[in-house]
Amino acid sequence: MSDTLTGAPTAGGAKKVSRINEVVIRIAGNSQDGIQAIGGFLARLAGRSEQEVMTFMTIPSTISGGPSIFQVRIGSGEVLTAGDDADVLLAFYQHSYEGHINSLKKKGIVLYDSDHVVPKPEWEGDYRHVGIPISSLTVEAIGGTAKDKGKNIYSLGLIAKMFDLNVPKLEKLLGERFTGKDPSILNNALAAFHAGYANSPSNLLETFQLADSQKHGVQQVVMNGNEAIGYGLIAAGVRFGAGYPITPWTDIMELLRRELPKYGGSFIQCEDEIASVSMALGASFAGRVSVTGSSGPGIALKTEAIGWAVMAEMPLVVINVQRGGPSTGMPTNIEQSDLNIAINGGHGDAPRVVLAPANVEDCFYMAIEAVNIARKYSTPVFFLTDQGIATRIEAFGQPDLEKVCQDITPDFTPVATHKPYDLAAKDGVTQHVKPGTRILDGKYPIATGLEHDEYGHPSGSPKVHMLQNAKRRKKLQALGATLPLPKIYGPSEGNVLLVGWGSTEGPIKEAVDRSRAAGDSVSAIHLRHVNPLPNGLENIFSGFNHVFVVEMNDEGLYGYGQLGAVLRARYCDPKIQGINKTDGLTWKVKEIIELVKNKARK
Amino acid sequence: MSQTLTENPVVTINAPQPATGERPGLTRKEIVADHPTWCPGCGDFSVLALYFKLIEKRKLWHEKITTISGIGCSSRFPYFVQAHGAHFIHGRALPFASGVSLSRPDLHVFAFSGDGDAFSIGGNHFTHTARKNIKMTLVVMDNQVYGLTKKQTSPTSPLGFKSKTDIWGAVDYPINPAKQAIAVGASFVARTSASNPNHVLATMEAAMDHDGFSFVHCLSECVEFYEGAFDSANPRKGGVFNEVPKNHDVTDEMAAYKLASADFPGNFGVLYKVNKPTKNAKEAEINASFQSKFTGLKDWQILQKTFDKMK
Repeated sequence: MSDTLTGAPTAGGAKKVSRINEVVIRIAGNSQDGIQAIGGFLARLAGRSEQEVMTFMTIPSTISGGPSIFQVRIGSGEVLTAGDDADVLLAFYQHSYEGHINSLKKKGIVLYDSDHVVPKPEWEGDYRHVGIPISSLTVEAIGGTAKDKGKNIYSLGLIAKMFDLNVPKLEKLLGERFTGKDPSILNNALAAFHAGYANSPSNLLETFQLADSQKHGVQQVVMNGNEAIGYGLIAAGVRFGAGYPITPWTDIMELLRRELPKYGGSFIQCEDEIASVSMALGASFAGRVSVTGSSGPGIALKTEAIGWAVMAEMPLVVINVQRGGPSTGMPTNIEQSDLNIAINGGHGDAPRVVLAPANVEDCFYMAIEAVNIARKYSTPVFFLTDQGIATRIEAFGQPDLEKVCQDITPDFTPVATHKPYDLAAKDGVTQHVKPGTRILDGKYPIATGLEHDEYGHPSGSPKVHMLQNAKRRKKLQALGATLPLPKIYGPSEGNVLLVGWGSTEGPIKEAVDRSRAAGDSVSAIHLRHVNPLPNGLENIFSGFNHVFVVEMNDEGLYGYGQLGAVLRARYCDPKIQGINKTDGLTWKVKEIIELVKNKARK
Repeated sequence: MSQTLTENPVVTINAPQPATGERPGLTRKEIVADHPTWCPGCGDFSVLALYFKLIEKRKLWHEKITTISGIGCSSRFPYFVQAHGAHFIHGRALPFASGVSLSRPDLHVFAFSGDGDAFSIGGNHFTHTARKNIKMTLVVMDNQVYGLTKKQTSPTSPLGFKSKTDIWGAVDYPINPAKQAIAVGASFVARTSASNPNHVLATMEAAMDHDGFSFVHCLSECVEFYEGAFDSANPRKGGVFNEVPKNHDVTDEMAAYKLASADFPGNFGVLYKVNKPTKNAKEAEINASFQSKFTGLKDWQILQKTFDKMK
């Protein structure tokens, strides 16, 4: 972390410029204050400056209003998390100030709107307080009608000054953001920005400069996880999807609804969750793999149709942006508690694929992988992200789109004969021919949820049921055999191995870094293919005394968490233990380190 | 974007056309698949035979037909037809068929359903598929009873019908499917009865030719669990088969609603038919207007343009 930043001000009050490697800024206000916009500008600026960036936000699940935060961490080196503690807290209200001062490092800077915040004397020793009448200065800058609007951009100017950010680049970003609208809006925004930039509070004794990035010549794109999924699906060639609005999945359906028409595709808003999965399956049946998605309760509603997709062996990608459950649960909080429903949801023996991207960039590339697995193995594929990764903004190297974009237009060349459920197929892997394809022997297939013979006609034969069950299982076992083992982060032998999946990759890696720096023997692996698992994990586990599965879900009746229970069932290894929490927030690095220490001691 | 959409009716593009040219139409033998598992005397046999006849008469090709169903006696339909088909889950044939229709305008999409499948568990989809005017033909074989599960009350069972779930007689008011269809915006609503084969064929043909969501409500007797339910609509059993009056204006919604409200057995034929743009046509129009801005670009280049704005 940036020690320089939290250092004491120079004696004599002269302004000093300090070089720093990274900074964590937490902006706290209400949900209509546009604080996400400030964070978004900072993140995109970092992306354009070849710096690494990661953000974290909370939003209230109320309809309008309520406290909200946006935290952004910008660094010249690798940034793995949005940061445990902030270097700077920008607080718009008393509740923002009181509620988030604890997230500020000791000696960190609290920049507060003195129109709304009265500082507490007992905190003034611990934190460097800088009060600025942000609200009234914004009104002064852009006119009396602005009221609360515009203070976010004014604050962006303050931050830009404080961290010596690239003003022309920020002006360009503002121009792009307010393009096409009434020109007075852009002018107002620029006026607010420059007023903030020009403000030079006498008690701000120090400004900072971020060190140059270690990356050079890397073109970066900046987006959040939901966007990366949407564009990944488009790159993969998906041209049809169906969904129903539910937080935090909705952004993806809005994106696809808006973007797919450019490619001749459609995303349909349906009357309910069941209709969406059904419609997507109809389109998969009709031609090419389609997408549906949801969060929380919506996933539960889709499970019957997903069971059909397993039975009928129909390709489908199901995006599950997890949120806190069960039931309506915690709609805007982070949880990884849908692993069980992803792997097992629904009735009967219904094996399907479950993938979990580890970060925003991974969302893009794994969406393509999900589509290709669905096509090749003719199976539904669950794509598990969560609220954290969905709204987290990261910068990553621009994909080589010419190379990664695929054309998966279906082939309607006539075939001599076709068995959609051919029991002799290698590894049980079969694909459907699509309607529109002539089958020359005149025997046409039925895609069905009834147990069936090789042509898809109903069969109640016990033997057929066993053989078809085995077919549906074997093809996923064949997939499992092709999956790469995860790379071990840290040495391949030691005391503790942390096992994670999904959005927790960053904090787990940082926990490994910090633990090792403190002399503890900790390594980690991150599972991106969760069902089937890659083969050979036992060989990794054997190098460690403890295997701790770090998950944001409850420890469960038997104490192992959801992935922990799967690994226990597969490897029967008592050294596999769970490290779990369900507070609805991303892991803090220090939380992981502490829990690991406690558990390893036992 | 929306301001560029026209309000004028447009037809569904690439809609399937009857076979022409050298390839002969199919014979009945080529269309028949599994022997139906229905009880002897079931009205559904007649609907299936007339579906075959429609395929023969209109020279549809195997590969261009998709037969889609949910769950129930009626919904066994796809297994009996030698064509691409899907036997989906209970109540959800319509959204599945919508996925086929919206992504493949070149196919004939037929959904076959029953009263429980279409109006009870699938009731929500009936409403929304109709209001969206998604191009397909839905034939509901209504026997006013749950047959596959052996005689429970259905949403169309008349008051007083004695079933295993209402041993004293049904107490819930039944749905009137034609009225419901008109009310939710179906653009083609017709009634027919399996006991009148020529009428079934003519109705299915008219439904197939309609550019939009066409709904055929077909009485189809369950001889096992509700024998004689439709005698009053069958002249051979002493009933009357009243066709829609010749002077009925099928585009007059109120007149259609009134006809549909007649006491059982009511009127048979096309009650309502209006031309309005299908969802298929509207989505195609949205796409055309977007795609015109990217003429000559490959898909990856379109995506690149988006990514360029995210730097």
